[in-house]
Amino acid sequence: MNMQQAIKMTAAETALVDAYTAQIGDLPGDGAVLSLRDTLVHELRTAGLPTRRVESWHYTDLRTLLRTVPAADSSAFADRVEAVVPGSSVLAVRSGQADLKSLPKGVTARSYTESLLDGSAVAGLAVLGSDDAIGRINGGLVRGGLEIEIAEGAELEAPLEIQAVQSHGQAHTRFPVSFGAGSKATVIERHLSTNAEASFVSSVSDVTLAEGADVIWIILQQQGSADTHLGQIRFDLGKNAKLHLFIINAGGKLVRQEIHGKTSGEGADLTLRGINLLGGESHTDVTFTLGHDVPHTTSTEIIRNVVFDRAKGVFQGKILVAKDAQKTDAKMSCNTLLLSDDADFSSKPELEIFADDVQCGHGATVTDIDHTQLFYMLARGIPEKKARAMLVNAFVAEIVEELEDDEELVEALEGIISAWLEKHA
Amino acid sequence: MLEIKNLHARIAEDGTEIIRGLNLTVKAGEVAAIMGPNGSGKSTLSYVLSGREDYEVTEGDILYNGESILELDASERAAKGIFLAFQYPVEIPGVATMQFLKVAMNEQRKYRGEDELTTPEFMRRVKEAAAELKIAPEMLRRPLNVGFSGGEKKRAEILQMALLEPKLCVLDETDSGLDIDALKVVADGVNALRSPDRAVVVITHYQRLLDYIVPDTVHVLYKGQVIKSGDKTLAHELEAKGYADLIEAAA
Repeated sequence: MNMQQAIKMTAAETALVDAYTAQIGDLPGDGAVLSLRDTLVHELRTAGLPTRRVESWHYTDLRTLLRTVPAADSSAFADRVEAVVPGSSVLAVRSGQADLKSLPKGVTARSYTESLLDGSAVAGLAVLGSDDAIGRINGGLVRGGLEIEIAEGAELEAPLEIQAVQSHGQAHTRFPVSFGAGSKATVIERHLSTNAEASFVSSVSDVTLAEGADVIWIILQQQGSADTHLGQIRFDLGKNAKLHLFIINAGGKLVRQEIHGKTSGEGADLTLRGINLLGGESHTDVTFTLGHDVPHTTSTEIIRNVVFDRAKGVFQGKILVAKDAQKTDAKMSCNTLLLSDDADFSSKPELEIFADDVQCGHGATVTDIDHTQLFYMLARGIPEKKARAMLVNAFVAEIVEELEDDEELVEALEGIISAWLEKHA
Repeated sequence: MLEIKNLHARIAEDGTEIIRGLNLTVKAGEVAAIMGPNGSGKSTLSYVLSGREDYEVTEGDILYNGESILELDASERAAKGIFLAFQYPVEIPGVATMQFLKVAMNEQRKYRGEDELTTPEFMRRVKEAAAELKIAPEMLRRPLNVGFSGGEKKRAEILQMALLEPKLCVLDETDSGLDIDALKVVADGVNALRSPDRAVVVITHYQRLLDYIVPDTVHVLYKGQVIKSGDKTLAHELEAKGYADLIEAAA
């Protein structure tokens, strides 16, 4: 007899499967959507959460690290908060229901719940591969989010802030966003918690840039110190499209932010910048894969990590250059400031190059505060605590200042970073 | 103003003794030159005075206005008015020069219980001092010392000194890497700060700088001790004859 042996489920795995079972009949979508959800949850039940034996999860053994998952509670979303950048259009997500009253010109949006209900969401719900645990959990349990379209040629004057505020319980959201040809916009995808109660959040953004679109996309993760945050952004860059993707992790207890993208049109350019501010007992993982799929595309990636206390951080970056993708230019670097003996950071940059005429490189550094710089500041009368804070801030400020075209944005992000540092340094 | 008594100091990491029983007194209003061959302990002396933690004082004392400063950290000494102009000013990417100046000035004022400067007052002082030292406003917009030429870095040091208005200025090899025009600008900057209530310690390998910053006293440092003191003519003697005779006489 050939019986499939189910693994012995952990408490967290049981809680996720139970969350699905408890919501059957209530989760939006039937037909193909429901059958895909069933498959994903079945896979979760049989394969379990990924362990260190799964290569892409080697440094983040989710099965061990994720001890508990709070029960789903549809009242757990909290009230909206003020926008990061004054004057932004805020699209807040509450219980998966979007508040759509104030859309700027050139932007159309609808609740993702509707796409689940009418079945149009089904194609996007597919996982990226057998190790796509985030896609699996999210696909099984997603209730809502936003589907946004930026019209061809639209130029948004103020940022669009997608605001997911959580107080406790679970949230599973999706944000498919398409930018029309020649459009120009800044989007702030913001996840934050309003209290210290544990919450479990999964969120997948699926971003498409048509020819010549020019987009700044900021993911600002400010969950609470007891929260689990599993984020993923997928992107596809068309001809001459430019994406400046900026990830700031400044919260959470267990965080994994995945970035999976490809350049599918010549002249496409990705600027990836990441700032990981890590403290306490947290574990934060940023995992990035980029396919340079066509010739003449460029990317630069800079990740800066500041690690205090007993925090652990991970950066995995993999750039794949396809056989035909000649003249690819890609540079990736990961720099870490380790500020305590118990802090830890693992960095794994990888290049897989199948073309022969490319410029690709990567580098990684791990350092402490530079003692010569520190002494120089002290010798000018700046007290040690202040001098250290300034040096740590300087280490990350460099890449924030690259956004200099939008002063208000730079100021807002610098404010968030210095507030975090003041609390933790 | 400054009284160094039988000072012994070593490198904290490996215990190598560099300063071995050094005695030196510098009065208010005085410009004292410290000269000596390479490895005699000149730069170490400047670091020990300013409180760098890589060095440990094992014996003796440093009195500043009659009080020991050995227990004060570098930032407290600076706030009390001790300024070190670095031989190699440090580049700090990500910290804007103006921000650095403002924080340094205000932190020192806070330590002394004075009100912080308003932004317009701060700007006025910087503009004035920068013009004196022929420092372009464009330079002040860059991160601290980043991309500055050797001469620009030294002028930026003197600018900081002028703005912080210290009581005891220690110049560590301020002439190194300067062409003659830059040297004059820097020397003018230092001379402008000479006053009856301020002392200057000029550490230098060559006599050249002392043609522009004329010292009241000259002290020769060798193996961590002052082996001879005199007036400005001692510097000329050294220039002509070198250190060999003196060292032999001291041995």
